Amino acid sequence: MSALTFEQIHQRLAGKFGEAVGPLQPAKKDPFCTFAPARLLEICRFLKSEPDLAFDFLEDLTATDHPKLNLIRVVYHFYSYPHRHMFIAKAEVNRQISEIDSVEQLWKSANWMEREVYDLFGVRFKGHSDLRRILMPDDWVGAPLRKDYSEAGGYRDISNVRDNPLDLYLSMDRELKAQQGAAQPAAGSQSAAAPEQHAAPNPPAKPGA
Amino acid sequence: MALDQLVMTKFGETAGEEMILNMGPQHPSTHGVINFVVHADGEVMKKAVPQVGYLHRAIEKIGEIVTYPGFMPYTDRIDYLAAMFANEGYALAVEKLLGLTVPPRAQYLRAISCELNRIASHLISLGSMAMDIGAVTPFPYALRERESINDLLEALCGARLTYNFHRIGGVGFDMPDDWTPLCRKWLDHFDRILDEWDRLISFNEIFVERLAGLAVIPLEMAINYGLVGPNLRASGIEFDLRKAHPYGAYPDFDFKIPFGKAYAGAYRGGVVGDCFDRFYVRVLECRESVSIVRQALDKFPPGEFMAPKVPRKIKPEAGEAQSRIEAARGEMAYYVVSDGGERAYRVRARTGSFLAMGIIEELSKGLMIADLVALIASLDVVAPEIDR
Repeated sequence: MSALTFEQIHQRLAGKFGEAVGPLQPAKKDPFCTFAPARLLEICRFLKSEPDLAFDFLEDLTATDHPKLNLIRVVYHFYSYPHRHMFIAKAEVNRQISEIDSVEQLWKSANWMEREVYDLFGVRFKGHSDLRRILMPDDWVGAPLRKDYSEAGGYRDISNVRDNPLDLYLSMDRELKAQQGAAQPAAGSQSAAAPEQHAAPNPPAKPGA
Repeated sequence: MALDQLVMTKFGETAGEEMILNMGPQHPSTHGVINFVVHADGEVMKKAVPQVGYLHRAIEKIGEIVTYPGFMPYTDRIDYLAAMFANEGYALAVEKLLGLTVPPRAQYLRAISCELNRIASHLISLGSMAMDIGAVTPFPYALRERESINDLLEALCGARLTYNFHRIGGVGFDMPDDWTPLCRKWLDHFDRILDEWDRLISFNEIFVERLAGLAVIPLEMAINYGLVGPNLRASGIEFDLRKAHPYGAYPDFDFKIPFGKAYAGAYRGGVVGDCFDRFYVRVLECRESVSIVRQALDKFPPGEFMAPKVPRKIKPEAGEAQSRIEAARGEMAYYVVSDGGERAYRVRARTGSFLAMGIIEELSKGLMIADLVALIASLDVVAPEIDR
């Protein structure tokens, strides 16, 4: 029932798995270390089952995209309720292959979080029970949280570009004035006293008003 | 994927007696735009598969596009019922990146605003839970009290729902001069309302029996599925981030952590982690929040409400930080990665509702359709917090 520090946990892991556990990164606020993707599942199982580590809670699973390094880093935040300590690990996957083992068999919470990473980063999780898009529509193209993602022009004929409402208003105003100008000669003699009032009293309905 | 395809991939060929029902996306008791594909045999569900994403607004992507302070108003939109927490979590993460220390007065203002917001959020949760089950009366009572909190928070920060009150380095405004007596008056009033609330609904025999022993989540399952906050505590663990890993002003306050104890009573079939525990833990949390606000008002320190020397252009050095706070819907964690620029490289918001939805598919097996409504309500999920 004692909390371990990041360094102690890292030493345990490095002692057990050697090369597969990368060095502890210098603490820029939150320290972390990298796991070799090939042995990820094995290390995670150790983290969960070892009594003095007992990481029973996968607190967060997300990813960061690094196009320059051609890498996607899948980020794991582990937490232990019995010991109340935390550990952060990353696993690096190639952007093109982007495939990694699922940890769903260890923590069920990974099911939805891995689906989210699959949806938004396009990382496939091997051994996942139900790998479908979760937030975006099923026929969406691309992984939106990748840095080089660019929006398609629209989705199912719904444009994602909106005209400036002011431009729309002005063009409608011009059209109306042109129509009134065309109609002017016929009725013009009676309202000659206030020719300017025609445009003002009845402006076209504002879009969205 | 079209519905018929989904049905085929998810359930295989359907047997003659089984029905596929769509509940939502526009359904009064789904608490927002969520769809459940319910696979039912008569009144008993084989499975209810949640379909989320209708309210996805790409908030995490927006976090990479706007500047650090510019993202604060967007955090409000993550959870419109408890926006203070979303503000606080993000502010804490960026402050951790910057190494900023927040003055005590600002920390107290954060604690006060958050705890009031927690009460408001729980009131909606409790009221709508009662309403979903069929007790319509308590909901307006809850809304009435929430209105008073909205008024108090409006006096504090000028907004009723999307506050944008917490800033990086402190809070936006100092407390108005005459605010404390107003707040105290309301807290005294609310003590009596909570007693009335217990008489009205919490100890109402019909209500308790309806929820006792329903949709039990054992502790191990709750942890494995990543449940947090009141949902987790109802399963019988005394864990609260405000106590376990205190942040802000919380070390100064003395409060209890309510957790599930089969409040419905064993003779009614109450089990630790049933729907009634999730309901009653929230009622008890309201009482604790009232006590925290009182203590904060008593000890309210003088001083600045904003850290001095917060740079106008916030550019944290490259690195990453995570902040974890105890929000109304449980642990909310912001994971912010900086590459040294003016904009965050990655902002991730881990929310309680998202994973609470993940447990529904497993938990709905064998439940009645009418109980699904009680289960959703008891988990207190809010659609924008799921989809972000």
